[in-house]
Amino acid sequence: MSATSVLPDRAREMRPSAAPHGTPAARLHAVTKRYGQNTALDGLSLHLYPGEVVALLGPNGAGKTTAVRLLLGLISPTAGSVRVMGRDPRDSDARTRIGAMLQVTRVPEMLRVREHIDLFRSYYPHPLPAAEIVRIAKLEGLEERMFGRLSGGQKQRVLFGLALCGNPDLVFLDEPTVGMDIESRRSLWDEIRALSASGKTVLLTTHYLEEADMLASRIVVVNKGKVICEGTPAQIKHRVSGRRIRCVTQLEPGFLRSLPTVADVQQDREAVVVTAEHPESVVREMLLRDPGLHSLEVSAAALEDAFLALTATDSHQPNAAPQSQPHS
Amino acid sequence: MATLAVAHRPQPFTAGYYARLFRKETQYEILKMLRTRMFSISVIGFPVMFYLLFGATNRHSDYARYLLAGYSCFGAVSACLFGMGMGIALERAQGWMELKQASPLPRLAYLGAKTISCALFGLITTAVLLVLGITMGGVHLHAAETARLFLVVFAGSLPFCAMGLLIALIVPANSAPGMINLINLPMSFASGLWMPIDILPHWLQRIAPALPMYHFAQIALRIFGFARPGSALPHWEALAGFTCVMLGIAWVVFTRSEARS
Repeated sequence: MSATSVLPDRAREMRPSAAPHGTPAARLHAVTKRYGQNTALDGLSLHLYPGEVVALLGPNGAGKTTAVRLLLGLISPTAGSVRVMGRDPRDSDARTRIGAMLQVTRVPEMLRVREHIDLFRSYYPHPLPAAEIVRIAKLEGLEERMFGRLSGGQKQRVLFGLALCGNPDLVFLDEPTVGMDIESRRSLWDEIRALSASGKTVLLTTHYLEEADMLASRIVVVNKGKVICEGTPAQIKHRVSGRRIRCVTQLEPGFLRSLPTVADVQQDREAVVVTAEHPESVVREMLLRDPGLHSLEVSAAALEDAFLALTATDSHQPNAAPQSQPHS
Repeated sequence: MATLAVAHRPQPFTAGYYARLFRKETQYEILKMLRTRMFSISVIGFPVMFYLLFGATNRHSDYARYLLAGYSCFGAVSACLFGMGMGIALERAQGWMELKQASPLPRLAYLGAKTISCALFGLITTAVLLVLGITMGGVHLHAAETARLFLVVFAGSLPFCAMGLLIALIVPANSAPGMINLINLPMSFASGLWMPIDILPHWLQRIAPALPMYHFAQIALRIFGFARPGSALPHWEALAGFTCVMLGIAWVVFTRSEARS
């Protein structure tokens, strides 16, 4: 991957965007979490406001799952404070108002979908009706199926349904669409949007940039246990200024770099990729100088580019092995 | 009725809520265990098979009566060690327990439901053995004796559920079955569950009182008049003490692993 040298220093000094106001539904305040020598979270603060869909975006080992586990009261912070609905997350009153979809490697397979839902509903004082859960998680026709007989995507949908059993105000979705095909992923996205439309707060962790782009009202980019920046998807995309010109040309990279507003030039197989603030003038110049130029494309910076640029700030080696994240 | 305005929903944790939650948790735990054939067939099947081989073949003998008590205990212990040890170890390893922990389900309800389900499997095994004993082994039992056997098996399951819990916390899920067999089989033998303790080698007879299963067996054998002389009370005390030790260590191990996580 090559587009990572884009403005690393600007990324670091970016101000967090103006967050919505009001009483946060949940917050991590200056939370540090260490596992032995390993620092999973390093003074991270995160506020979730009612009705928001916040995407926690970052590479593997960035600390996303650790943040979720802290908010669920499954682990306690080394330093800093964690509040959910203004309470300790271990408080059972807080737990009745949240729902979680976690990365579970295996779910008891010998219970039917209907039974799993019935069981989880019984954990909550004011559960959603079972039929409602089946409808929201699109499990119609699967109620009598043993969990072990479901496909990967269907299993994820059951876990999504279980997260909603208690009619929660705050929903945590930890990598919800892992292992799903495109169709089920899109249908889950619709459901997440519907949750948010009904006033629920959603925290989503993902490393699918498209997912964060499609769903989030606010994206928080984390890397190495720190918040690198946050903002709306559009704001995050604007962190990488300019658009990308891709074409096959005889022109020298050194010359291209000298053209006005060009920020970066990269070779991509036989083509060259130029990032520039004003691609129109750059393209005009290039076409004049190289009549043989072909395969021209101009595109807006994708969220992926912004993401790579942001998370690569600490090192200029995007392919460096991600810091391994210990599990409990 | 005038009450103070409350910002959100009223205090929801009623006794009815807890009762319902516990009933469902237990109901589905039992269903899960029954449907997991590896578990239900081996836990019920082994004592039944052994009884058919060694008990029912000795019709109308003391042996058929002795082994009825012995294998009832063996079945109960196996159900508890495997049900708790394997069940909890697996759910922990697979992340399923975290999902339950994140829900309002109280830990005690989780453990209680598992304990009752395991004890129930001991009772099922006992019931099957009783039918075999009466029909094939020529065993005669009063209703009171039958009831006492069920009670003893149920109560005696609790210490071994505590032991299963401890195993689940210290042994990794994939080595739990081997570990449990390694504990269960020699201990059952040495405690006189498979054959009368008096025909075991003397050195084994001497260490038997150090084993919790020995005390469980003595209480069950008392119903049939095979217990060694003495009162039942020390055996109950030994089991109670053993339960406390197991739960105590489990508590320490659990809080430590929680602090580390």
